[in-house]
Amino acid sequence: MSRSRSDAMLIWTLRCCAGIAGAIVLLIGGFLVIESLPALQHIGIKRFFTDASWHPSANASQGTFNLAPMLWGTLLAMSGSVLLATPLGIGSAVFCHYYAPPMVAKFYRKLIELLAGIPSVVYGFWGLVVLVPLIRQLEPPGPSLLAGIIILTIMVLPTVALMADAALANVPSHYLQGAAALGLSRWGTISGVAFPAAKSGIVTGVILQTGRAIGETMAILMVCGNVVQTPSRIFDPIRTLTANIALEMAYAVGDHRSALFVSGLILLALIVILVSAAEIHSKGHVYG
Amino acid sequence: MTSSQNGQATIPPVSQPQPDKITPAPFTIGPLEAGPPCCTPDPLIHVQNLSVHYGQKPALEELSLTINRGCITALIGPSGCGKTTFLSCLNRLTDLIAGCSVKGRIIIGEQNVRDPNIDVRALRQRVGMIFQKPNPFPLSIRKNLDLPLKEHGIKKRGEIEEIRETVLQQVGLWDEVKDRLDAPAMSLSGGQQQRLCIARAIALRPEVLLMDEPCSSLDPNSSGLIENLIRQLSQSFTVILVTHNLAQARRIADHAAMFWVTNGSGRLIEQGTTSQIFETPADAITAAYTNGRAG
Amino acid sequence: MAETSSLTFRPAPAGLADTVATVVVWLIALIVTAVFVWILGDIIWHGIGQISWSFLTEPPRNAGREGGIGPIIVSTLLILGVCIAVAMPLGVGTAILLAEFTSSDNLFGRLVRRSLDVLAGVPSIVFGLFGNAFFCVYLGMGFSILSGGLTLACMTLPILIRSTEEGFRSVPNEYRMGAAALGMSRTSALIHLLLPAAAPGLLVGMVLGMGRSIAETAALIFTSGYVDRMPQSLHDSGRSLSIHIFDLSMNVAGGDANAYASALVLIVILLIVNSIASWTSDRWLHKRIISL
Ligand SMILES: Nc1ncnc2c1ncn2[C@@H]1O[C@H](COP(=O)(O)OP(=O)(O)OP(=O)(O)O)[C@@H](O)[C@H]1O
Ligand SMILES: [Mg+2]
Repeated sequence: MSRSRSDAMLIWTLRCCAGIAGAIVLLIGGFLVIESLPALQHIGIKRFFTDASWHPSANASQGTFNLAPMLWGTLLAMSGSVLLATPLGIGSAVFCHYYAPPMVAKFYRKLIELLAGIPSVVYGFWGLVVLVPLIRQLEPPGPSLLAGIIILTIMVLPTVALMADAALANVPSHYLQGAAALGLSRWGTISGVAFPAAKSGIVTGVILQTGRAIGETMAILMVCGNVVQTPSRIFDPIRTLTANIALEMAYAVGDHRSALFVSGLILLALIVILVSAAEIHSKGHVYG
Repeated sequence: MTSSQNGQATIPPVSQPQPDKITPAPFTIGPLEAGPPCCTPDPLIHVQNLSVHYGQKPALEELSLTINRGCITALIGPSGCGKTTFLSCLNRLTDLIAGCSVKGRIIIGEQNVRDPNIDVRALRQRVGMIFQKPNPFPLSIRKNLDLPLKEHGIKKRGEIEEIRETVLQQVGLWDEVKDRLDAPAMSLSGGQQQRLCIARAIALRPEVLLMDEPCSSLDPNSSGLIENLIRQLSQSFTVILVTHNLAQARRIADHAAMFWVTNGSGRLIEQGTTSQIFETPADAITAAYTNGRAG
Repeated sequence: MAETSSLTFRPAPAGLADTVATVVVWLIALIVTAVFVWILGDIIWHGIGQISWSFLTEPPRNAGREGGIGPIIVSTLLILGVCIAVAMPLGVGTAILLAEFTSSDNLFGRLVRRSLDVLAGVPSIVFGLFGNAFFCVYLGMGFSILSGGLTLACMTLPILIRSTEEGFRSVPNEYRMGAAALGMSRTSALIHLLLPAAAPGLLVGMVLGMGRSIAETAALIFTSGYVDRMPQSLHDSGRSLSIHIFDLSMNVAGGDANAYASALVLIVILLIVNSIASWTSDRWLHKRIISL
């Protein structure tokens, strides 16, 4: 029976590993809450939305802590990019599956994978040195919500493209043959048969890309101008929650630092909601 | 393996207790003494009221069967009637299948197979299994044989080498592979792979060999080789052979058991000597099946 | 079938919608390709001229405007090393448990999986916050390569676990059954058979995790820090390549030339890493592991 004992030991070791791995999320959530507590106590949730502006200080009573403009920044950049990237991404997947010749499709798929692998700081850098000057010529100042949306679109497009690609690949081929046999046109087949069959995977892809768009930091930070304001035009500079953390964390202390953790907590909450939505939607099989 | 006497009044005592560890050299194949086996019925395996479910789905129901020492018992029946499932109960491979529940009594020798406290590894050493598809490990030929031996406490080089040569000779593979023992086992042909698997199983000196359609994925030539091998092995082991090849069952088996699916679950409908089953079957289905009219 | 056979030969109507769809889909593909070529072309065009052996080995001078990226590459590798050294055992252990020892309806397994799914979605800046609060402050490691590597380890765990699990799932069940039928313990079946057979998945996971780590910036700013000197130990702060690019382009006027070159180096490294991953998974796993 000594071997069974080694089996038991192995299983307990593995359980410890899994326990630690599973607990990291709790640890993250826990630490964010602990670090946020001073701000939540001294400032209170209400002031994060009703204060006159964002002029934080280490002491709650001396600063103003309005997170709303940055929340707007995050939401606007996110919605803009998701609205743009979803059709582009799905279109890319459709292109690969139903329009491109096999060689082109293979090449295009590799290209999308490459796009997915380029680091955000490189996108941000390109945005800063190429895109922002272009927008400046169009309408000053240049660093703007628009720049953010464009960069984010390029960045999250691969997510939905790859997920839609995988979902379309799983559409049983006899569905398509059946549709062709019924004399449906190519687009008729795609919109009438392939999309409904692949809907679940595509929706999961869209949800995941939304998560990425919310969480993106560096690229957004580099091209959005980082002015704390609720934008009225698409050419206005904005600051997102993530950029705010990255910008101020280096010198923040006291309640200011704690307020940054509050915004981290907001981000985490948004992500948990999105992932849960994806899980419920795909019945627990988010990642194929 | 301790010879625990837990409630087996109906089971006749077994003449030959299985040694706990594989006894050291000289290595001979199999635990049975040479001699004409299967002359006097000597029950080794008792199965009573065995039922197996995969989740809610029944696979085997109320199966009772006795298998004699030193015989080849053929299990026949159509696909999906639970033959593989039956074999997996005998060496508790069902433990590995999630959602598989087993009820009933299985006694091999003096050992209650279903006892949760038995040493399953020792049981599996005692009850070897050959699978439908040859499944050598993706290692060298040598490693394929050494790994299970080391696992069962045989660590001495000389001993391992001796066993390796004996079993490879026994399965008729020695001359073919002796110069390339370090070649990957996967580079062997299908028939050679299956013989390697048999060698690997008998190297542990089991008492019982469960063979699940060992020829089904092989060409007629290799299939014939394996068939001869089974016949040979039956002098040293108790063999339970699942086969779809009725002619094969007829040629080599001493006993036969006929499985059939009734009401969605596999049942044993008839058992007896091979000649009984094939020549004077009592059951109409058996008669039809063995004549090739059903299944 | 007899009733529908008349439909089979009806010619496909090439309607307006169909034509428009074809044009739009091709247009999308062209736009995406153009943007890609633009970005990559721009970086190669401006970056390739700066790259030389001395650029790769020399320390940066004048805040990075001149000189090379030697110490930065070293720091990046050290951070990566810490990350892999920690994430690997933890991730592989978890993956083995999930793939080999837990049935799909096991509560513990489900909880772990669920929390890993959330972990995979956590924004990197939140990892940065956490790493700063936990490793730098709470555990007292300060801004250091160690803190950065540990933070990245948390971040790469989900992808590492997922693809290692995939590796184990691609191992044929015959090996497990065969090993069990020979009376081998699960431990030795794991060590001698399953682990070698699952190695490609493990490799893919490791490589994808490395790619993720190399590309990461936001999680490192407040954990491994900015210092661009050659690190003397794991307790030193070290600047990663991605932070270097960020710093040069945002905080250093006239740093663009070296930022381009660093970006090119970063992209080339990632290209190599990702090609290894995708080659391995196509070749061995016959399944693409989507890393998002
Ligand atoms: N792992 C499993 N999970 C669920 N059901 C199973 C499993 N294995 C077998 N079954 C079911 O149990 C029944 C008996 O299967 P089994 O493999 O024992 O049949 P068999 O007689 O060996 O068939 P064959 O001759 O094709 O090998 C079948 O209906 C099969 O679908
Ligand atoms: Mg079978």
